[in-house]
Amino acid sequence: MAWFRKERKERPPPREKLEIPQDAWDKCSSCGTVDLTDKFERSHMVCHNCGHHGKIPAGTYIELITDPGTFTELFGDLTSVDPLGFDGYPDKLARAYNKVGKQDAILTGVGDIHGVTTCIGAMEFAFMGGSMGSVVGEKIARLARKALEDRAPLVLVSTSGGARMQEGVLSLMQLAKTSAMIAALKEEGIPFISVLTNPTTGGVSASYAMQGDVNIGEPKAVIGFAGARVIKQTIGQDLPDGFQRSEFLLEHGMLDMVVSRLEMKDTLGRLLRMMLGKEALELTG
Amino acid sequence: MASNFQLDFEQPIVELERQIEGLRKLADEREMDVDREVGPLKDKLSELRSEIYENLDPFQRVQVARHPRRPYSLDYINEAFTDFIELRGDRQFRDDPAIVAGLARLDGHTVMVIGQQKGRNTKENLKRNFGMAHPEGYRKALRLMLVAERMKIPVVTLVDTAGAYPGLGAEERGQAEAIARNLEVMARLRTPIVATIIGEGGSGGALALALADRVLMLENSIYSVITPEGCAAILWNDATKKARAAEALKITAPSLLELGVIDEIIKEPLGAAHNDPSATAVALKKSLSKHLSSLRKLKTDKLLARRAEKFLAMGKFTDG
Repeated sequence: MAWFRKERKERPPPREKLEIPQDAWDKCSSCGTVDLTDKFERSHMVCHNCGHHGKIPAGTYIELITDPGTFTELFGDLTSVDPLGFDGYPDKLARAYNKVGKQDAILTGVGDIHGVTTCIGAMEFAFMGGSMGSVVGEKIARLARKALEDRAPLVLVSTSGGARMQEGVLSLMQLAKTSAMIAALKEEGIPFISVLTNPTTGGVSASYAMQGDVNIGEPKAVIGFAGARVIKQTIGQDLPDGFQRSEFLLEHGMLDMVVSRLEMKDTLGRLLRMMLGKEALELTG
Repeated sequence: MASNFQLDFEQPIVELERQIEGLRKLADEREMDVDREVGPLKDKLSELRSEIYENLDPFQRVQVARHPRRPYSLDYINEAFTDFIELRGDRQFRDDPAIVAGLARLDGHTVMVIGQQKGRNTKENLKRNFGMAHPEGYRKALRLMLVAERMKIPVVTLVDTAGAYPGLGAEERGQAEAIARNLEVMARLRTPIVATIIGEGGSGGALALALADRVLMLENSIYSVITPEGCAAILWNDATKKARAAEALKITAPSLLELGVIDEIIKEPLGAAHNDPSATAVALKKSLSKHLSSLRKLKTDKLLARRAEKFLAMGKFTDG
């Protein structure tokens, strides 16, 4: 027997290797902070470090601003066609419908915000850059008509690169079409609140997105008519910091306020209840 | 010099014109009678003109629509209208010379005429900003449309712009808001509006003057959501594919009539508007008078209901 003998501990059996899925982590596209995807999602893609508002799907946005379980989708069967026979458009459409869903570039319906039944539309940037073609125009027109008939307020959450050029001048005509319905709503004194999220540019900013009785921007959202690249080419100089961001537009009188996504529902609810002459809601919890 | 400018496909026409002129000069110098020779050449010239202009491809139409010798808004205001009194300024910031507007008479009736104005030369273009308006231009137009509404005068707009100006000041002062506001107000303006695309109808900047009861187009004008160059750059990363984009975007008058976006094509004289501006002005005047007199007969509520219906019907999709 040896003099000295180290007592050997039983080795614990090797732990089962944790499979970490590829998408468990996410990164803020503004400040680069890395955190759990789940954490980003729970904060509705608002970065806890820098407050950057990442993109969220239209359905998630509507969940965020409506009272739980009150939203019903409407006009969900409208589908884009290829009116001009535009090279490659049918393929692009098929891919977008497959990947993103059948709502096209906007999800529309009715839901309650702080107990106010509201006609709501939220645009979907993942669907061809939130571009406005005939379907987007028609859905907004039908939603506004419903608002008119039910005398319910209208809330549109925009995110779009502009008109869908694959539908040519028909997409341009959607600016006229949506404006005509917003004008009709205003004549009847029905409130319309426009929420502008990153980015809201081109034909969408040059129509309904800028026509709200109240225009609300999300922090640092890019909002403008022409793209920054085009402007830079035109004037041949660099653009100032913060150009075409929500805060810039607020300063220049184009927005009423800049509101974090996390406070959007409360802001909308308070505004709508005031505009409609309803008493303030007792918030519990 | 703009007056000598020619497009490459106009070359054979210009050559024949020179030949005829040369022959005339010779005849004058030598006191000869060349009518017998010139006659057939002139016939050939008309034949050549109609052959070339009736077979333009979409991008050639774009070139004609942008032709430096093409008549601009003020040319038509001077030829087709009388008693023009220019009214200026948006009462908020400044007067934008990229849009001209004022009272005028058309066939004796007072109208408010509003048009985008390009410059003929560098000096004019500096002033007119190549016909690309800032927000204050659209706000001037809006102010005068509201004057017209109060005075119960119809509005006649002449659209000719590559687009609303994409600049720093334009964005600061709310280019998007200015266009959006025009669309909203024009949709419910309680007086007839007739818009004519006379050259380039460039996207939102054009539509901001063209939400109208009747939308007319001169035969060789174009109306598009984006320039062919811009479309080619975005889709194919190659601005040289502009001809392909011009074809795909369906921006010529016949295509737009087929799509139901415009109501009528105003025929241009042989060899396009720049070959005979006066005759084009006569055709424009005739068409405007016809549409205005039919719109005048409508009660305002009916006029507005029809205007809304017209734009609400635009677009193609399937339901279900």
